[in-house]
Amino acid sequence: MPLYDFVPRRDNWYVWLPVLAALLLFPLLVRSEYILSIAVYAGIYIILTSSLNITNGYTGLFSFGHAAFYGIGAYTAAILATRLGLSFWLTLPLAGVVAGIFGAAIALPTLRLTGIFLALVTIGFQEITFLVTLNWIGLTRGPMGIPAIPPPAIGGVALSGNLGYYYLILALDVIVLGLLSRIVTSRVGRAFVAIREDELAAQSAGIPTFRMKILSFVIATFFAGIAGAFFAHHARFVSADSFRLDETFAILTMLIVGGMGSLVGPVLGAVLLVVLPEASRFLAEYRGVVYGLILIGVILFRPEGLAGVPGIIQARGALSRVDKPSGAGEPVG
Amino acid sequence: MLELRGVSTRYGPVQVLWEVSLTVGEGELVCLLGGNASGKSTTMKTILGLVHPVRGEVLFRGRPIHRDTPAQVVRAGIAPVLESRRIFPQLTVYENLLMGAYTRTDGPGIRQDIEAVYERFPVLRERRGQLGGTLSGGEQQMLAIARALLARPRLLVMDEPSMGLSPLYVEKTFEVIQDLNRQGIAILLVEQNANMALAIAQRGYVLQTGRIVLADTAQNLVNHPMMRKAYLEL
Repeated sequence: MPLYDFVPRRDNWYVWLPVLAALLLFPLLVRSEYILSIAVYAGIYIILTSSLNITNGYTGLFSFGHAAFYGIGAYTAAILATRLGLSFWLTLPLAGVVAGIFGAAIALPTLRLTGIFLALVTIGFQEITFLVTLNWIGLTRGPMGIPAIPPPAIGGVALSGNLGYYYLILALDVIVLGLLSRIVTSRVGRAFVAIREDELAAQSAGIPTFRMKILSFVIATFFAGIAGAFFAHHARFVSADSFRLDETFAILTMLIVGGMGSLVGPVLGAVLLVVLPEASRFLAEYRGVVYGLILIGVILFRPEGLAGVPGIIQARGALSRVDKPSGAGEPVG
Repeated sequence: MLELRGVSTRYGPVQVLWEVSLTVGEGELVCLLGGNASGKSTTMKTILGLVHPVRGEVLFRGRPIHRDTPAQVVRAGIAPVLESRRIFPQLTVYENLLMGAYTRTDGPGIRQDIEAVYERFPVLRERRGQLGGTLSGGEQQMLAIARALLARPRLLVMDEPSMGLSPLYVEKTFEVIQDLNRQGIAILLVEQNANMALAIAQRGYVLQTGRIVLADTAQNLVNHPMMRKAYLEL
């Protein structure tokens, strides 16, 4: 079975047991705080990339504002934790809900737009969010950022080193990926793909396409908010600079390199592009060159990404209706 | 069963349909003929709720449906077979069929109906795990028809089912259409291939630049001088 086709099912989930076991044992073998912190960041980006995959990969909507929702989640958690003293276990779901509400609010008026227009609106939202965060000093403390966010506590004990964060993000990733795989293999997930493949056909089959697109957007932004809350409680400091357009592009790049429309693709992309720049630190200034070469290589030689659905880019829009080479003969009549 | 009364449809400033009226009776096979840009596809989209008419009404089993969403139209009992098939290439054959049953919630009934379309189209059973896009054009047409049947329609609205198919599959498609009609499903067949359509239909309408210009039995239409000259190329 090709990697892009993998979804955990009752009959095949155990193939990931060795992977999970390796991930559980990993910190016992590698005791370096530095390496663990990289692993934690990879875990955060796995959530961000996998959630963006719901809109951009499965449903075929071009959203370019994912970092804004990530930031909204992070700020929600930061504000709730520092001002109201809420614990991580409350700020985490609330950050997701707030980001999801913003997602719905931006999706409702704009999802009648398609393709490049939706992309432009989401880029605009991204910039507006940044400017509001920077200037609404009463709420966000503006350029000063919000410091002293308390760490998550498990059983009354606050996490201190990256070891605890590592296991926490591992658990969170397993839960998020589990939920996302349930979604994409459900009736709703099939409707998302049907909309990507042929919106008119989906609509005439009775799929409420507009509502489904909003749902897709809300799911993606909810999980971006979840990632934001974890980030806030891990970095313990948030500032607007962490959630700019370049962050959106970083997530998007991970998704494209990893591959859209599959569950495995975004995970590979996130891990590769978090680890790679760190692993190539010895190259000093040439790091960027290596990064760029890898991107160019993937786009040239594997346009669907490492584990994306083959043909997903070509399958978009009108081209999906062009017949594939087939046994059909000449047109008649 | 289906009745269009004085339906006018426009896309922005461009009016495409002018006072179109037609009926399809219970269990009837009616064809809608016309050349390019005559308004055939727009008539179909209006029936399916993909566009709403600016004037006139569409009645299905006595109930107005011209303000309904496509989902409501499907639930009412009208299923589409769209032009150039438009199956979902990245979904499997089985998943494509499930999308046809999207508006239904009766799990056992859906499984039973999928089994029934597998009986009718054994090639779909063989390829149920394959991606829709890997099927040949003719097989995709069978899948498109099967997908529509999964909605358990009383009326099938088919847009140019013969387009782009090999002669063999054109024949097969028309056989399937006749067969479905014999089983009691009413069919509105939108076609450019007037010869084939009139051979199986009971009645027909001819659209020209958005107006119905002829309405008669299939037999009379075949012999109509205007038809012979304009469409049948005899």
